[in-house]
Amino acid sequence: MTQAARKGAERWNLRLYVAGQTPKSITAFANLKKLCEEQLGGNYSIEVIDLLKKPQLASGDQILAIPTLVRRLPSPMKKIIGDLSNTERVLVGLDLVPKR
Amino acid sequence: MVCGAAGSGKTLLATEFLVRGATEFGERGVFMTFEESVEDLTADVASLSFDLAALIAQRKIVIDYVRVNRHEIEETGEYDLEGLFIRLDHAIKSIRAKRVVLDTIDALFTGFSNPGILRMELARLFRWLKDQGVTAVITGEQGEGTLTRHGLEEYVSDAVIVLDHRVDDQVSTRRLRIIKYRGSSHGTNEYPFLIGWSGLSVLPITALGLQHEAPLDRVSTGLDALDAMLGSQGFYRGSSILLSGGAGTGKSSLAAHFVDAACRRGERCVYFLFEESPSQYIRNMRSIGIDLEAWTKSGLLHFHAARPALLGLEQHLVAMHGAIEEVRPAVVVVDSINDLMSVGTTNAVKATLLRLIDYLKTSHVTAVFSSLTAGDAHEQTTDMGISSLMDTWILLRAVEEKGQRHRGLYVLKSRGMPHSNEVTRYTITDHGVQLVGRSPQHRTVKRTIR
Repeated sequence: MTQAARKGAERWNLRLYVAGQTPKSITAFANLKKLCEEQLGGNYSIEVIDLLKKPQLASGDQILAIPTLVRRLPSPMKKIIGDLSNTERVLVGLDLVPKR
Repeated sequence: MVCGAAGSGKTLLATEFLVRGATEFGERGVFMTFEESVEDLTADVASLSFDLAALIAQRKIVIDYVRVNRHEIEETGEYDLEGLFIRLDHAIKSIRAKRVVLDTIDALFTGFSNPGILRMELARLFRWLKDQGVTAVITGEQGEGTLTRHGLEEYVSDAVIVLDHRVDDQVSTRRLRIIKYRGSSHGTNEYPFLIGWSGLSVLPITALGLQHEAPLDRVSTGLDALDAMLGSQGFYRGSSILLSGGAGTGKSSLAAHFVDAACRRGERCVYFLFEESPSQYIRNMRSIGIDLEAWTKSGLLHFHAARPALLGLEQHLVAMHGAIEEVRPAVVVVDSINDLMSVGTTNAVKATLLRLIDYLKTSHVTAVFSSLTAGDAHEQTTDMGISSLMDTWILLRAVEEKGQRHRGLYVLKSRGMPHSNEVTRYTITDHGVQLVGRSPQHRTVKRTIR
């Protein structure tokens, strides 16, 4: 399956783990939103999980670093940490461009 | 902070800290493991009689397995480890834990590529743990020439323990050393420890002062004639007795008399055998009319037999200590200390015996040590090293006289009592050791002057 085909075929399910409204998490969300619009069209959903409110969810996805972005779908699961300001690395991390 | 190389017992120490806290001190604990899954950890410590699964079910311990895998993580900008704090905080609050273990924190360095962030976050973590009012044991890998590979001991201000596992002369010994313990005067030596079925056991530390009480009551040696030579009353309870002599002079037989007498008084005994098996020893003693088997059956007499080379010196000491703790005897026999000599250097053996004797004295256990001397000429010098530790020293020697070989017994010293200065002849008969010398009563009364 090619990248393009997968992109078209599956709806992206993303989860962004944050801990409160910190500058880093706000930046991360803004970066993510922008990137998804550019790369995925409307074919995605973002779920923001605030661990300050739901700490019990941290162990499920093995969250240590904040912010962490988890690509739940398409599989395999991918994990990206940081405020997503390095767009190139985010694209690599999400398998949107082949790794060099 | 507990640091040490792989296999030095860090995880075990940390686990025991939590298990004991939960079972004995009513303090619940959080175990954050970075290396082993909950299942692996539970299985590993099950062999040590720690039932983690039950403690988890009772909500006394919470284990959070933190899996760090760099291949899964792409770093794309600024981040911190708030997730770790949140998980820890959640776990602590969920059971109101007082104890926390982080094992092994170095795993984080393999997971995240930015050491700057990591160091900052770890320093923050250690401060945070302190603010939570929990006692935290953090384990770290030993580094080359440094205590920990990542210099983490710099962030931990309270206590640093180093574990070490080394092999000398094919004998492995585990050692523990407290590098720093703020606000306390701690021992600075390396203390050997063992990992046994009930967890970690550190040796009894040498009593810093000689403050044990000296009991005044006396116990029979099992031979009236020998009692008579020792001020008519036998040994002091809680004293250390050295029986030295050449091969075949009846050291073990004399010890058997003492053990037999103690068992008759209803006292428990532990007999450490390093040369023969208990059944062989029992058989040999039966041939001279001492039935020890009855005492083993009634539970008064416990044998511990081990080849000396099987264990290191410290391990012997720990094993002996363990046996003594278990049986709580009034009498202990070590037959013989030469076998321990073969395991370590004279100095090490002396230090080991000193620790054992200190421990026995504080517990008011009467201890008999047998020592094989090489030849008649050297019998006093070979025991020189250890004789100062002993309260009573009985020499057994072969005396040649008119073409016949006799056995002679001599009390070389006996602190705190008048004793005979006579070489008393004795024979070993089928009803025990018989002293046949001239009646010692007439020639006693001389105090040992040291």
